[in-house]
Amino acid sequence: MNKLNLNRNKIAACRNYSKIIAADLQKIIDKNTTVSVERSILRLFGVDGVDKSGLPYPNILAEKIKEAGVLQYGAANVMASTMIQNRKNFKETVSLIILGKVKPLYVADKRNKQVVNRLSEYGISRVEKARKDRAKLQAKNPTGKGPWFYLIVATGNIYEDVKQARSAALNGANCIAVIRSTAQSLMDYVPYGATTTGFGGTYATQENFRIMRKALDEISVKLGRYIYLVNYCSGLCMCEIAAMGAMERLDMMLNDSMYGIIFRDINMYRTFIDQHFSRMINTQAGIIINTGEDNYLTTADAVKQAHTVLASEFINERLAKNAGMPEKLMGLGHAFEINPDIKNSFLLELAQAQMVREIFPESPIKYMPPTKHITGDIFKAHVIDSMFNLASVATNQSIHLLGILTEGIHTPFIQDRYLSIESAKYVMNAAKDMSTEVTFRKNGLIQKRANEVLDKALKMLGKIKKEGLLNALEQGCFADIKRPRKGGKGFEGVIAKAKEYTNPFEERWSLLK
Amino acid sequence: MSKMIKPYGDKLNDGMVQLSFTLPVKADLAEEAAKNIALKMGLADPHTVYHKDIGEGFTFVIVYGKCTHSVDVSKLKVTKVVEEWMGLDEVNEFVKKNIKRKVVVVGACIESDAHTVGIDAILNMKGFSGDYGFERYSAFKVYNMGAQVPCEELIRKAKEVNADVILISQIVTQQNIHLHNLTKLIDMIESEELRDKFLVIVGGPSINNKFAKELGYDAGFGKGTLPSHVATYAVKKVLSRMGKVKSKRKQC
Repeated sequence: MNKLNLNRNKIAACRNYSKIIAADLQKIIDKNTTVSVERSILRLFGVDGVDKSGLPYPNILAEKIKEAGVLQYGAANVMASTMIQNRKNFKETVSLIILGKVKPLYVADKRNKQVVNRLSEYGISRVEKARKDRAKLQAKNPTGKGPWFYLIVATGNIYEDVKQARSAALNGANCIAVIRSTAQSLMDYVPYGATTTGFGGTYATQENFRIMRKALDEISVKLGRYIYLVNYCSGLCMCEIAAMGAMERLDMMLNDSMYGIIFRDINMYRTFIDQHFSRMINTQAGIIINTGEDNYLTTADAVKQAHTVLASEFINERLAKNAGMPEKLMGLGHAFEINPDIKNSFLLELAQAQMVREIFPESPIKYMPPTKHITGDIFKAHVIDSMFNLASVATNQSIHLLGILTEGIHTPFIQDRYLSIESAKYVMNAAKDMSTEVTFRKNGLIQKRANEVLDKALKMLGKIKKEGLLNALEQGCFADIKRPRKGGKGFEGVIAKAKEYTNPFEERWSLLK
Repeated sequence: MSKMIKPYGDKLNDGMVQLSFTLPVKADLAEEAAKNIALKMGLADPHTVYHKDIGEGFTFVIVYGKCTHSVDVSKLKVTKVVEEWMGLDEVNEFVKKNIKRKVVVVGACIESDAHTVGIDAILNMKGFSGDYGFERYSAFKVYNMGAQVPCEELIRKAKEVNADVILISQIVTQQNIHLHNLTKLIDMIESEELRDKFLVIVGGPSINNKFAKELGYDAGFGKGTLPSHVATYAVKKVLSRMGKVKSKRKQC
């Protein structure tokens, strides 16, 4: 497909720059671990539950290990050592450490490795089972060709979310995202159990994942159409949520390599290290990630800054590849955010959407609806959303987050979602084969625009390659937001690995690549 | 003289309104249920023009009816924040001429609110909808503290930099969390006896001036607000308060 006459050499050059940018970063990632990575390992060993104050056991354990000064060997090694030296099984060791009766320790011992491998079987088999279960369900209940309709539920109460999700699925939704409670991304632990109160969304907990998964499985079978469950593995607990989602068979996870740094002021070392392990887990679980480039355009101008989206997609793609992720799991993101008052704004949107489609042909591209220029005039919003639907089907996007006419007023009501699906169904059926029927004029406005964005992205990546990504983030390259490398939340949770460090999941899953 | 009005469809005072909502009943009951709800709302001749089963026992309806109530617009009071807006250059000129120093602004999304889109639209250099943000004005010295700033920290910062203006954004309103946050801040400012020191302004999609004043804020800005709107209000108000502070001192 080359409807835009894009310069293939420039695309290759962008990928080449990104490879160098990511390689620099990989050196830092390989040398360090984080409290969040170690808590994920404990969760994949089967540690779950909370104490009386609601603090999760994985947090307590990781904290005790850190206090004992042995976290640099990795939670896996420490648990194995402590078990061997105290002659206790895993469950006993966990509770003894939590109660403060046994101090976590590390002793170099040949037997460690064997115990570590045995402990990791729990996570490995659960993730594998989830992947196989999905494949079976999907074979019997095929989702069909995209664009897949992606809808959001966000009542704060998981049981209410289930009702709204079922209604959305009945009306035609393919993917259901449970929006998280405001600011969960900044909590350095994952809440526990089923939850019924949240602000602007519902807490991501393992039990909530299970409740929604069960409901969606029932409706998938009823409709003969597999419904994707989406949540967020971003923020300070990025890889823990990846681990929980992998075990509970989520299908998509919002997971960006830079979003937390730029928009949530999370430390960049912490984020880069966490995203790497989270993407390994997602890869192993067959979970499609959704990257967050759309966010750049909610602050910056969608015409002037379009190239930052493309540059970031190249970086996200490369970092995902470094975690072993295949392209079919990389849901790279972008958005329909050009000011509707601009002349030919729709043609510019078409150019950008088609460009992303062509540059990443194997990726399930995630297309985000207009939000920035939606004013509260619900009738106009419905019309703009229809144009967005047209752009999506005309450029063959994969994951289509439906625009909602009440955007910016409240989290969607049940009828808002229904109206949105009706519009998308109509438009996408009416223009079903537009992507194969319509070509673009040679050197016309659309072709020129796409090539211009590619040129600028190439320049930007060239500059980042020269400076290094960490410096670029310090200088405010993305969304005009500057972040100091040692600033932001979660930096204290970054630990340099000892020579003896081990992460059994990383080792096992790297071998499978 | 009183002036009674009703909603307008195609004849003066015909009272025509359109409603759309969902009822937790199956479609067979929805048409009649919707009509009865509309009657209770004070709509005469209600007419369910469309209903559709949207699953899980819910039905979406569109209803028309004639409003039986009217309001006397001659008795209404509308509070405008300021009469006329100034642009960036005018605000800068105004401050240079009248205040003769930079106006110090501290902005934040307080407590649980993690959505910086509102505060950024007003404060960031870029601004919003072609209207530059405060950082672009020579008239302002801006401290944008970002998201989830505890009230204590915000007040500490405002004291430290000797702020003239505190600008708060509240986007999330689910379960009235914004009410809780906004009341907390004002209470804390008052308990530290700092209320006269700062001009305290709040903005957000579900905020309006009347609501803000009821909570004890100096002003509130809702949807469609541009940075220059807030700028105009802030500099004029800061100047008038400076006058008051001076005259108070003279009296002492």
